[in-house]
Amino acid sequence: MSDYATIIKDGLWTNNTGLVQLLGLCPLLAVTNTFINGLGLGLATLATLVLSGGIVSLIRHQLRDEIRIPIFVLIIASVVTAIELTMNAWFHDLYKILGIFIPLIVTNCCIIGRAEAFACKQPVGKAVVDGLSMGIGFTLVLVILGGMREIIGKGTLFSQANLMFGEKASALTITFSEDYPGFLLAVLPPGAFIGLGLLIACKNIIDRRALARNKAVSVAMPLAESS
Amino acid sequence: MKVKQIFLAAIILMVFAVTGVMTVAYVYNNTHEQILENERLALLSSINELIPSDQYDNDIFHDIITVEGHDLLGSDNPIPVYRARKNGWPLAVVIPVIAPDGYNGRIKLLVAIKLDGSLAGVRVVSHRETPGLGDGIETSRSDWILNFANKSLLNPDEKRWKVKRDNGDFDQFSGATVTPRAIVKSVFNALLYFRINDQKLFATTAEAEQIP
Repeated sequence: MSDYATIIKDGLWTNNTGLVQLLGLCPLLAVTNTFINGLGLGLATLATLVLSGGIVSLIRHQLRDEIRIPIFVLIIASVVTAIELTMNAWFHDLYKILGIFIPLIVTNCCIIGRAEAFACKQPVGKAVVDGLSMGIGFTLVLVILGGMREIIGKGTLFSQANLMFGEKASALTITFSEDYPGFLLAVLPPGAFIGLGLLIACKNIIDRRALARNKAVSVAMPLAESS
Repeated sequence: MKVKQIFLAAIILMVFAVTGVMTVAYVYNNTHEQILENERLALLSSINELIPSDQYDNDIFHDIITVEGHDLLGSDNPIPVYRARKNGWPLAVVIPVIAPDGYNGRIKLLVAIKLDGSLAGVRVVSHRETPGLGDGIETSRSDWILNFANKSLLNPDEKRWKVKRDNGDFDQFSGATVTPRAIVKSVFNALLYFRINDQKLFATTAEAEQIP
Protein backbone atom coordinates (compact mmCIF):
# COMPACT_ATOMS: atom_id res chain seq x y z
CA MET A 1 0.00 0.00 0.00
CA SER A 2 2.77 2.41 0.92
CA ASP A 3 4.19 1.60 -2.51
CA TYR A 4 1.17 3.20 -4.11
CA ALA A 5 1.42 6.18 -1.76
CA THR A 6 5.02 6.73 -2.86
CA ILE A 7 4.02 6.50 -6.53
CA ILE A 8 1.25 9.04 -6.05
CA LYS A 9 3.44 11.41 -4.05
CA ASP A 10 6.17 11.08 -6.69
CA GLY A 11 3.82 12.02 -9.50
CA LEU A 12 2.09 14.88 -7.74
CA TRP A 13 5.05 16.41 -5.93
CA THR A 14 8.50 14.85 -5.44
CA ASN A 15 9.08 13.95 -9.08
CA ASN A 16 6.48 16.18 -10.76
CA THR A 17 6.81 16.18 -14.56
CA GLY A 18 6.37 19.91 -14.93
CA LEU A 19 8.26 21.16 -11.87
CA VAL A 20 11.03 18.64 -11.19
CA GLN A 21 11.64 16.46 -14.23
CA LEU A 22 10.97 19.46 -16.49
CA LEU A 23 9.82 17.14 -19.27
CA GLY A 24 7.28 18.13 -21.88
CA LEU A 25 8.05 21.82 -21.64
CA CYS A 26 6.96 22.52 -25.23
CA PRO A 27 3.20 22.09 -24.64
CA LEU A 28 3.56 23.19 -21.02
CA LEU A 29 4.85 26.59 -22.06
CA ALA A 30 2.90 26.97 -25.29
CA VAL A 31 -0.73 26.26 -24.44
CA THR A 32 -0.95 27.52 -20.88
CA ASN A 33 -2.26 30.95 -21.82
CA THR A 34 -5.66 30.18 -20.31
CA PHE A 35 -6.94 27.88 -17.59
CA ILE A 36 -9.16 25.92 -19.98
CA ASN A 37 -6.42 25.39 -22.58
CA GLY A 38 -4.17 24.04 -19.83
CA LEU A 39 -6.91 21.75 -18.56
CA GLY A 40 -7.69 20.45 -22.06
CA LEU A 41 -4.10 19.59 -22.87
CA GLY A 42 -3.50 18.28 -19.34
CA LEU A 43 -6.39 15.84 -19.55
CA ALA A 44 -5.32 14.67 -23.02
CA THR A 45 -1.79 14.06 -21.69
CA LEU A 46 -3.21 12.34 -18.61
CA ALA A 47 -5.24 9.96 -20.76
CA THR A 48 -2.17 9.22 -22.90
CA LEU A 49 -0.01 8.54 -19.83
CA VAL A 50 -2.54 6.16 -18.28
CA LEU A 51 -3.30 4.26 -21.49
CA SER A 52 0.27 3.98 -22.73
CA GLY A 53 1.54 3.08 -19.24
CA GLY A 54 -1.11 0.39 -18.86
CA ILE A 55 -0.49 -1.09 -22.30
CA VAL A 56 3.30 -1.06 -21.95
CA SER A 57 3.00 -2.78 -18.59
CA LEU A 58 0.59 -5.39 -20.01
CA ILE A 59 3.02 -6.40 -22.76
CA ARG A 60 6.21 -6.07 -20.70
CA HIS A 61 6.88 -9.83 -20.76
CA GLN A 62 6.51 -10.05 -24.55
CA LEU A 63 8.82 -7.10 -25.02
CA ARG A 64 12.27 -7.68 -26.48
CA ASP A 65 14.90 -5.29 -25.35
CA GLU A 66 16.21 -4.36 -28.79
CA ILE A 67 12.84 -3.26 -30.22
CA ARG A 68 11.24 -1.82 -27.10
CA ILE A 69 11.66 1.83 -28.15
CA PRO A 70 9.96 1.39 -31.57
CA ILE A 71 7.14 -0.46 -29.81
CA PHE A 72 6.74 2.29 -27.20
CA VAL A 73 6.59 4.84 -29.98
CA LEU A 74 4.00 2.77 -31.86
CA ILE A 75 1.82 2.40 -28.78
CA ILE A 76 2.06 6.06 -27.82
CA ALA A 77 1.41 7.24 -31.38
CA SER A 78 -1.67 5.00 -31.70
CA VAL A 79 -3.05 6.15 -28.35
CA VAL A 80 -2.50 9.81 -29.18
CA THR A 81 -4.11 9.44 -32.62
CA ALA A 82 -7.16 7.82 -31.02
CA ILE A 83 -7.37 10.64 -28.46
CA GLU A 84 -6.92 13.24 -31.19
CA LEU A 85 -9.78 11.79 -33.24
CA THR A 86 -12.01 11.54 -30.19
CA MET A 87 -11.35 15.14 -29.22
CA ASN A 88 -11.97 16.24 -32.78
CA ALA A 89 -15.33 14.46 -32.68
CA TRP A 90 -16.59 15.48 -29.23
CA PHE A 91 -14.66 18.64 -28.29
CA HIS A 92 -14.30 20.14 -31.75
CA ASP A 93 -13.77 23.77 -30.71
CA LEU A 94 -11.25 22.95 -28.00
CA TYR A 95 -9.48 20.68 -30.47
CA LYS A 96 -9.20 23.58 -32.89
CA ILE A 97 -7.66 25.81 -30.21
CA LEU A 98 -5.14 23.26 -28.94
CA GLY A 99 -4.28 22.67 -32.59
CA ILE A 100 -0.91 21.09 -33.18
CA PHE A 101 -0.24 20.42 -29.50
CA ILE A 102 -2.53 17.38 -29.39
CA PRO A 103 -0.49 15.43 -31.98
CA LEU A 104 2.65 16.76 -30.30
CA ILE A 105 1.77 14.77 -27.17
CA VAL A 106 3.41 11.89 -29.07
CA THR A 107 6.76 13.56 -28.56
CA ASN A 108 6.15 14.62 -24.97
CA CYS A 109 9.25 13.19 -23.31
CA CYS A 110 7.45 12.44 -20.06
CA ILE A 111 5.34 9.77 -21.74
CA ILE A 112 8.10 7.66 -23.25
CA GLY A 113 10.10 8.50 -20.14
CA ARG A 114 7.51 6.85 -17.88
CA ALA A 115 7.15 3.90 -20.27
CA GLU A 116 10.90 3.30 -20.26
CA ALA A 117 11.64 4.08 -16.62
CA PHE A 118 8.56 2.71 -14.91
CA ALA A 119 5.77 1.01 -16.84
CA CYS A 120 7.89 -1.65 -18.55
CA LYS A 121 9.15 -2.95 -15.20
CA GLN A 122 6.01 -2.77 -13.07
CA PRO A 123 2.66 -4.58 -12.83
CA VAL A 124 -0.33 -3.02 -14.56
CA GLY A 125 -1.93 -1.57 -11.42
CA LYS A 126 1.19 0.34 -10.44
CA ALA A 127 1.83 1.50 -14.01
CA VAL A 128 -1.71 2.88 -14.29
CA VAL A 129 -1.50 4.62 -10.90
CA ASP A 130 1.86 6.05 -11.94
CA GLY A 131 0.39 7.34 -15.20
CA LEU A 132 -2.57 8.76 -13.32
CA SER A 133 -0.50 10.59 -10.71
CA MET A 134 2.11 11.81 -13.20
CA GLY A 135 -0.73 13.00 -15.44
CA ILE A 136 -2.56 14.73 -12.60
CA GLY A 137 0.68 16.34 -11.47
CA PHE A 138 1.30 17.62 -15.00
CA THR A 139 -2.29 18.78 -15.39
CA LEU A 140 -2.13 20.68 -12.10
CA VAL A 141 0.98 22.55 -13.25
CA LEU A 142 -0.67 23.32 -16.62
CA VAL A 143 -3.83 24.54 -14.92
CA ILE A 144 -2.09 26.66 -12.27
CA LEU A 145 0.25 28.19 -14.84
CA GLY A 146 -2.66 28.74 -17.26
CA GLY A 147 -4.78 30.31 -14.53
CA MET A 148 -1.93 32.60 -13.43
CA ARG A 149 -1.22 33.77 -16.98
CA GLU A 150 -4.90 34.24 -17.74
CA ILE A 151 -5.53 36.35 -14.63
CA ILE A 152 -2.45 38.51 -15.15
CA GLY A 153 -2.55 38.63 -18.93
CA LYS A 154 -6.25 38.99 -19.63
CA GLY A 155 -7.89 39.72 -16.29
CA THR A 156 -10.24 36.75 -16.58
CA LEU A 157 -10.43 33.18 -15.29
CA PHE A 158 -12.17 30.15 -16.81
CA SER A 159 -12.84 32.00 -20.07
CA GLN A 160 -14.10 29.75 -22.88
CA ALA A 161 -15.15 27.09 -20.36
CA ASN A 162 -18.00 26.36 -22.77
CA LEU A 163 -15.47 24.65 -25.07
CA MET A 164 -15.14 21.83 -22.55
CA PHE A 165 -18.30 21.82 -20.49
CA GLY A 166 -20.97 22.96 -22.96
CA GLU A 167 -22.77 26.26 -23.38
CA LYS A 168 -23.97 26.51 -19.76
CA ALA A 169 -20.37 26.78 -18.59
CA SER A 170 -19.94 30.18 -20.28
CA ALA A 171 -21.34 31.58 -17.04
CA LEU A 172 -18.27 30.27 -15.18
CA THR A 173 -16.05 32.95 -16.68
CA ILE A 174 -14.87 35.37 -14.03
CA THR A 175 -13.95 38.82 -15.25
CA PHE A 176 -12.00 40.69 -12.62
CA SER A 177 -12.14 44.10 -14.22
CA GLU A 178 -14.11 45.12 -17.30
CA ASP A 179 -11.53 47.62 -18.59
CA TYR A 180 -8.42 45.58 -17.80
CA PRO A 181 -5.86 46.65 -20.43
CA GLY A 182 -4.25 43.20 -20.58
CA PHE A 183 -0.62 42.36 -19.91
CA LEU A 184 0.87 40.93 -23.08
CA LEU A 185 4.04 39.60 -21.45
CA ALA A 186 2.01 37.09 -19.44
CA VAL A 187 0.24 35.84 -22.56
CA LEU A 188 3.38 35.49 -24.67
CA PRO A 189 5.90 32.64 -24.24
CA PRO A 190 8.27 34.65 -21.98
CA GLY A 191 5.40 34.93 -19.51
CA ALA A 192 5.20 31.15 -19.50
CA PHE A 193 8.90 30.84 -18.69
CA ILE A 194 8.69 33.41 -15.90
CA GLY A 195 5.54 31.82 -14.51
CA LEU A 196 7.05 28.33 -14.56
CA GLY A 197 10.21 29.68 -12.89
CA LEU A 198 8.11 31.19 -10.10
CA LEU A 199 6.21 27.92 -9.65
CA ILE A 200 9.46 25.94 -9.39
CA ALA A 201 10.82 28.48 -6.92
CA CYS A 202 7.65 28.18 -4.79
CA LYS A 203 7.98 24.40 -4.78
CA ASN A 204 11.62 24.62 -3.72
CA ILE A 205 10.79 27.03 -0.89
CA ILE A 206 8.07 24.71 0.39
CA ASP A 207 10.43 21.71 0.17
CA ARG A 208 13.19 23.54 2.02
CA ARG A 209 10.83 24.64 4.78
CA ALA A 210 9.62 21.06 5.17
CA LEU A 211 13.22 19.84 5.33
CA ALA A 212 14.17 22.45 7.92
CA ARG A 213 11.15 21.52 10.01
CA ASN A 214 12.05 17.83 9.89
CA LYS A 215 15.61 18.62 10.94
CA ALA A 216 14.36 20.76 13.78
CA VAL A 217 12.16 17.90 14.94
CA SER A 218 14.93 15.30 14.72
CA VAL A 219 17.33 17.59 16.60
CA ALA A 220 14.74 18.31 19.25
CA MET A 221 13.86 14.67 19.77
CA PRO A 222 17.17 13.39 21.24
CA LEU A 223 17.35 16.46 23.49
CA ALA A 224 13.96 15.69 24.83
CA GLU A 225 15.02 12.13 25.52
CA SER A 226 18.24 13.02 27.31
CA SER A 227 16.64 15.52 29.64
CA MET B 1 20.63 -17.88 -35.41
CA LYS B 2 21.00 -14.14 -35.86
CA VAL B 3 18.66 -14.11 -38.84
CA LYS B 4 16.07 -15.91 -36.74
CA GLN B 5 16.37 -13.26 -34.03
CA ILE B 6 15.87 -10.49 -36.54
CA PHE B 7 12.78 -12.11 -37.99
CA LEU B 8 11.33 -12.70 -34.55
CA ALA B 9 11.83 -9.07 -33.64
CA ALA B 10 10.33 -7.98 -36.95
CA ILE B 11 7.28 -10.15 -36.41
CA ILE B 12 6.71 -8.81 -32.90
CA LEU B 13 7.04 -5.28 -34.21
CA MET B 14 4.62 -6.07 -37.01
CA VAL B 15 2.05 -7.48 -34.60
CA PHE B 16 2.17 -4.23 -32.66
CA ALA B 17 1.99 -2.16 -35.82
CA VAL B 18 -1.08 -4.06 -37.03
CA THR B 19 -2.78 -3.81 -33.62
CA GLY B 20 -2.01 -0.11 -33.46
CA VAL B 21 -3.37 0.55 -36.92
CA MET B 22 -6.49 -1.50 -36.16
CA THR B 23 -7.16 0.55 -33.03
CA VAL B 24 -6.72 3.79 -34.88
CA ALA B 25 -8.91 2.57 -37.76
CA TYR B 26 -11.64 1.55 -35.31
CA VAL B 27 -11.62 4.95 -33.60
CA TYR B 28 -11.50 6.68 -36.97
CA ASN B 29 -14.58 4.80 -38.19
CA ASN B 30 -16.48 5.69 -35.06
CA THR B 31 -15.58 9.37 -35.06
CA HIS B 32 -15.39 10.11 -38.77
CA GLU B 33 -19.05 11.08 -39.26
CA GLN B 34 -19.15 13.16 -36.12
CA ILE B 35 -16.01 15.01 -37.24
CA LEU B 36 -17.52 15.70 -40.68
CA GLU B 37 -20.75 16.87 -39.02
CA ASN B 38 -18.74 19.16 -36.69
CA GLU B 39 -16.90 20.61 -39.65
CA ARG B 40 -20.18 21.12 -41.53
CA LEU B 41 -21.80 22.90 -38.57
CA ALA B 42 -18.71 25.01 -38.00
CA LEU B 43 -18.67 25.95 -41.69
CA LEU B 44 -22.34 26.85 -41.68
CA SER B 45 -21.99 29.03 -38.61
CA SER B 46 -18.95 30.75 -40.13
CA ILE B 47 -20.92 31.37 -43.34
CA ASN B 48 -23.77 32.83 -41.31
CA GLU B 49 -21.37 35.15 -39.51
CA LEU B 50 -20.33 36.53 -42.90
CA ILE B 51 -23.74 36.62 -44.51
CA PRO B 52 -26.52 36.76 -41.87
CA SER B 53 -29.00 33.95 -42.49
CA ASP B 54 -31.91 36.40 -42.86
CA GLN B 55 -30.29 38.00 -45.90
CA TYR B 56 -30.48 34.95 -48.12
CA ASP B 57 -33.20 32.38 -48.62
CA ASN B 58 -31.56 29.51 -50.47
CA ASP B 59 -30.03 26.33 -49.07
CA ILE B 60 -26.52 27.76 -49.12
CA PHE B 61 -24.87 24.56 -47.99
CA HIS B 62 -26.09 22.75 -51.08
CA ASP B 63 -26.03 25.61 -53.60
CA ILE B 64 -22.46 24.92 -54.56
CA ILE B 65 -20.44 25.25 -57.70
CA THR B 66 -17.22 23.30 -57.73
CA VAL B 67 -14.43 25.20 -59.41
CA GLU B 68 -11.02 23.93 -60.41
CA GLY B 69 -8.14 24.69 -58.12
CA HIS B 70 -6.31 27.90 -58.90
CA ASP B 71 -3.11 29.56 -57.72
CA LEU B 72 -5.14 32.55 -56.59
CA LEU B 73 -7.16 30.31 -54.29
CA GLY B 74 -4.12 28.55 -52.92
CA SER B 75 -5.12 25.02 -53.84
CA ASP B 76 -4.79 22.59 -56.71
CA ASN B 77 -7.82 20.60 -55.62
CA PRO B 78 -11.39 21.33 -56.74
CA ILE B 79 -12.96 23.93 -54.46
CA PRO B 80 -16.66 24.18 -53.54
CA VAL B 81 -17.95 27.75 -53.76
CA TYR B 82 -21.12 28.46 -51.76
CA ARG B 83 -23.65 30.87 -53.25
CA ALA B 84 -26.13 33.00 -51.34
CA ARG B 85 -29.27 34.08 -53.17
CA LYS B 86 -32.38 36.03 -52.31
CA ASN B 87 -35.54 35.31 -54.35
CA GLY B 88 -33.29 33.60 -56.86
CA TRP B 89 -31.07 36.67 -57.35
CA PRO B 90 -27.35 36.28 -56.67
CA LEU B 91 -26.23 37.99 -53.48
CA ALA B 92 -22.75 36.80 -52.53
CA VAL B 93 -20.33 33.89 -52.81
CA VAL B 94 -18.36 32.25 -50.03
CA ILE B 95 -15.05 30.82 -51.24
CA PRO B 96 -12.90 28.52 -49.10
CA VAL B 97 -9.40 29.85 -49.66
CA ILE B 98 -6.06 28.56 -48.43
CA ALA B 99 -3.30 30.94 -47.43
CA PRO B 100 -0.32 28.67 -48.09
CA ASP B 101 2.36 30.77 -46.42
CA GLY B 102 1.27 31.06 -42.79
CA TYR B 103 3.95 30.98 -40.10
CA ASN B 104 3.09 27.39 -39.31
CA GLY B 105 1.74 26.06 -42.59
CA ARG B 106 -1.55 26.56 -44.31
CA ILE B 107 -4.33 28.79 -43.01
CA LYS B 108 -7.81 27.91 -44.22
CA LEU B 109 -10.07 30.90 -44.75
CA LEU B 110 -13.60 31.62 -45.83
CA VAL B 111 -13.84 34.70 -48.02
CA ALA B 112 -17.33 36.08 -48.67
CA ILE B 113 -17.58 38.42 -51.64
CA LYS B 114 -20.71 40.37 -52.48
CA LEU B 115 -21.99 40.69 -56.03
CA ASP B 116 -20.44 44.16 -56.41
CA GLY B 117 -16.96 42.78 -55.67
CA SER B 118 -16.67 44.08 -52.10
CA LEU B 119 -16.01 41.78 -49.19
CA ALA B 120 -18.84 40.68 -46.92
CA GLY B 121 -16.10 39.46 -44.63
CA VAL B 122 -13.35 36.95 -43.97
CA ARG B 123 -13.08 34.25 -41.31
CA VAL B 124 -10.40 31.75 -40.37
CA VAL B 125 -11.60 28.17 -40.49
CA SER B 126 -8.47 26.46 -39.27
CA HIS B 127 -4.87 27.38 -38.68
CA ARG B 128 -1.80 26.25 -36.79
CA GLU B 129 -0.37 29.65 -35.99
CA THR B 130 1.45 30.18 -32.71
CA PRO B 131 -0.97 30.49 -29.78
CA GLY B 132 -0.71 33.94 -28.25
CA LEU B 133 0.96 35.46 -31.30
CA GLY B 134 -0.51 34.53 -34.66
CA ASP B 135 -3.90 33.50 -33.37
CA GLY B 136 -5.11 37.11 -33.29
CA ILE B 137 -6.68 36.22 -36.61
CA GLU B 138 -9.45 34.41 -34.73
CA THR B 139 -12.49 36.49 -33.89
CA SER B 140 -12.37 35.20 -30.31
CA ARG B 141 -8.89 36.68 -29.85
CA SER B 142 -9.08 39.99 -31.69
CA ASP B 143 -11.18 42.01 -34.09
CA TRP B 144 -8.45 42.17 -36.70
CA ILE B 145 -10.16 39.99 -39.30
CA LEU B 146 -13.37 42.05 -39.10
CA ASN B 147 -11.54 44.93 -40.81
CA PHE B 148 -11.86 43.19 -44.15
CA ALA B 149 -15.60 43.84 -44.32
CA ASN B 150 -16.55 46.16 -47.21
CA LYS B 151 -12.99 46.31 -48.52
CA SER B 152 -12.56 45.73 -52.25
CA LEU B 153 -9.93 45.98 -54.96
CA LEU B 154 -10.72 49.73 -55.13
CA ASN B 155 -10.79 50.24 -51.37
CA PRO B 156 -7.94 50.38 -50.56
CA ASP B 157 -6.08 50.77 -53.83
CA GLU B 158 -4.61 47.50 -55.16
CA LYS B 159 -1.08 48.59 -54.25
CA ARG B 160 -2.10 49.15 -50.63
CA TRP B 161 -3.28 45.56 -50.12
CA LYS B 162 -0.37 44.80 -47.79
CA VAL B 163 0.39 44.95 -44.07
CA LYS B 164 1.67 48.26 -42.74
CA ARG B 165 5.23 46.99 -42.45
CA ASP B 166 5.20 46.43 -46.22
CA ASN B 167 3.76 49.94 -46.76
CA GLY B 168 0.19 48.80 -47.02
CA ASP B 169 -3.04 49.60 -45.24
CA PHE B 170 -3.51 46.56 -42.99
CA ASP B 171 -2.35 46.27 -39.38
CA GLN B 172 -0.03 43.48 -38.33
CA PHE B 173 0.12 42.13 -34.76
CA SER B 174 2.94 42.77 -32.37
CA GLY B 175 5.25 39.80 -32.70
CA ALA B 176 3.52 38.34 -35.74
CA THR B 177 3.80 39.83 -39.21
CA VAL B 178 3.92 36.65 -41.24
CA THR B 179 0.39 35.53 -40.36
CA PRO B 180 -1.46 38.77 -41.28
CA ARG B 181 0.72 39.14 -44.37
CA ALA B 182 -0.29 35.67 -45.57
CA ILE B 183 -3.97 36.39 -45.00
CA VAL B 184 -3.98 39.83 -46.63
CA LYS B 185 -2.27 38.36 -49.68
CA SER B 186 -4.65 35.48 -49.98
CA VAL B 187 -7.80 37.62 -49.53
CA PHE B 188 -6.45 39.93 -52.21
CA ASN B 189 -5.91 36.95 -54.51
CA ALA B 190 -9.46 35.75 -53.86
CA LEU B 191 -10.77 39.17 -54.90
CA LEU B 192 -8.69 39.00 -58.09
CA TYR B 193 -10.13 35.56 -58.77
CA PHE B 194 -13.65 36.86 -58.25
CA ARG B 195 -13.06 39.74 -60.66
CA ILE B 196 -12.05 37.28 -63.38
CA ASN B 197 -14.71 34.66 -62.67
CA ASP B 198 -17.73 36.41 -61.15
CA GLN B 199 -20.07 35.40 -63.98
CA LYS B 200 -19.11 31.78 -63.73
CA LEU B 201 -19.36 31.63 -59.95
CA PHE B 202 -23.01 32.65 -59.83
CA ALA B 203 -24.10 30.44 -62.72
CA THR B 204 -26.68 27.80 -61.80
CA THR B 205 -25.70 24.21 -62.44
CA ALA B 206 -27.46 24.17 -65.79
CA GLU B 207 -25.78 27.39 -66.89
CA ALA B 208 -22.43 26.28 -65.56
CA GLU B 209 -22.40 23.29 -67.87
CA GLN B 210 -22.62 25.62 -70.85
CA ILE B 211 -19.56 27.57 -69.80
CA PRO B 212 -16.55 25.76 -71.21
